[in-house]
Amino acid sequence: MSLLKTEHIGMTFGGLKAVSDFSIEIKENELVGLIGPNGAGKTTIFNMLTGVYAPTEGKVLLGETVVNGKKPYQIVNLGLGRTFQNIRLFKGLTVLDNIKIAFHKDMSYTTLSAVFRGKKFWKEEKEIEIKARELLGLFNMEADAGALSSNLPYGKQRKLEICRALATNPKLLLLDEPAAGMNPQETKELMETIAFIREKFKVSILLIEHDMSLVMGICERIVVIDYGRMIAAGTPAEIKSNEKVIGAYLGQ
Amino acid sequence: MDKKVVSGYLKNITAIMVVYAIVFYLIQIKVINNYYNGILILAGIYIIVAASLNLATGYLGQLALGHAGFMAIGAYTAALFAIAVDLPKYVELVAGLILGGLMAGIFGLIIGIPALRLRGDYLGIVTLGFGEIIRIALLNLPFTGGAAGLKGIPRYVNFTEIYFLVVVVIAFLFAFIRSRHGRAILSIKEDEIAAESVGIPTTFYKVYGFVVSAFIAGVGGGALGFYQRILDPKKFNFMFSVEFFIIVVLGGMGSITGTIIAALALAFINEFLYSIDELRLVFYALTLIILMIFKPDGLLGRKEFSLIKLLNRFSKKTKIENAD
Repeated sequence: MSLLKTEHIGMTFGGLKAVSDFSIEIKENELVGLIGPNGAGKTTIFNMLTGVYAPTEGKVLLGETVVNGKKPYQIVNLGLGRTFQNIRLFKGLTVLDNIKIAFHKDMSYTTLSAVFRGKKFWKEEKEIEIKARELLGLFNMEADAGALSSNLPYGKQRKLEICRALATNPKLLLLDEPAAGMNPQETKELMETIAFIREKFKVSILLIEHDMSLVMGICERIVVIDYGRMIAAGTPAEIKSNEKVIGAYLGQ
Repeated sequence: MDKKVVSGYLKNITAIMVVYAIVFYLIQIKVINNYYNGILILAGIYIIVAASLNLATGYLGQLALGHAGFMAIGAYTAALFAIAVDLPKYVELVAGLILGGLMAGIFGLIIGIPALRLRGDYLGIVTLGFGEIIRIALLNLPFTGGAAGLKGIPRYVNFTEIYFLVVVVIAFLFAFIRSRHGRAILSIKEDEIAAESVGIPTTFYKVYGFVVSAFIAGVGGGALGFYQRILDPKKFNFMFSVEFFIIVVLGGMGSITGTIIAALALAFINEFLYSIDELRLVFYALTLIILMIFKPDGLLGRKEFSLIKLLNRFSKKTKIENAD
């Protein structure tokens, strides 16, 4: 069964067609890369999948549900987590609070219970405290739990953002240029982290990336777009030798 | 609930009662005379309204410049209710304050839903306009007493009442902020797009936080009416809203204890500056400029004063000294 399926989606901004006729299907436990030159429409596709934009054409299906026009938080609750190209952490809050916020939908106590510190409040708060620390522990970040997230080094900030997205318990994780701004060593660690996430959380991953060593190294399937259209799809080996792809990157 | 939490509660409650007893005693033996007693009560009202504004501005991150408007709605609702009915004092007081808060909350909802789509200065302008509309409406409505003011409000608020009202409001705010709802509100201030992407219904929490803020401002307004016994629409002007804003900025956006300190300080400074009224605003401006240069986050920034932590540090120190 497919986790995510898009049927000929397109996005038009006024007279500009940013993306047109884009169809993709992602199955369980797959790792798919989305590449293309700058301005090809990769982030627009991400924004359509996550509900930031409603596609002007076509349908986005998450499992069986059509999610066109749903709000981003509703789509998150249906099992789609994401990270951002420019890291978007809650900078003024601690690492632990960053994760706890992502557990919001797993809690159900009311304002009244919170204000009077009822039984349910203590129970649920304790649960997510444990869950959040466990999650940080998996990424070797437990020692940073009390630190302000803006004080973390760059690589850890990326990791925390991924960690926070995982806290929403996604079935599919969208990573928007996770290796941006990383040195080769950090990129290597990131590849290990991504492999670990797939293993441990059984999620499918769709990632946008410019770092070819990362894309070619870990993706099972790659989709290439240019000028808002899909120009190729296939295994890394196929993509490497595809003339259209070489043309798009190097110019005809 | 574990033992630490309970003992923390007990310590805080003890401290609250001790402070109350001391101040109450000082009032009884006239060390604090009627004049200063009045300033203390006004300071309490300032604390309530400024803390509510801190929820909207410091925690939720929305520029709200119309809190005098919510206060006015709460004040007139509570006062008109108390004049209309004839019930025991505390029933009327509590019911009046809650009604005033509810009415302010309803108005908060009505203007919050459309206005919170706007951000930053645009929202500031809308809330500012709202405050002015309320003031003009109160001047012209048939049942508010118009420019002559609403008279004959019973005096239900004295030091004891305002003190415990402040305690309730502050306790409520602390509990509210340190919950999943509070974290959702904080996340919106930090990064709305990121908040939405981890499953926070941001529109709901923006409106919710704003309505709670309006509710508390309304309660503060009700208390003002029950203390002053007369309400004048002219008081609830734009400058009144700005005063609360200054308190929030001075104390630290996102620090309730900072707000308490700043509100107390400003209430007293205000009184001493009444003789040179025209220089009051100059003083405000100067204070803000100096603060922005030396402590741009406000007095406490985002930190909170905690009695428990202070006591713990103290007992640790004495333990070390004893060991030596």
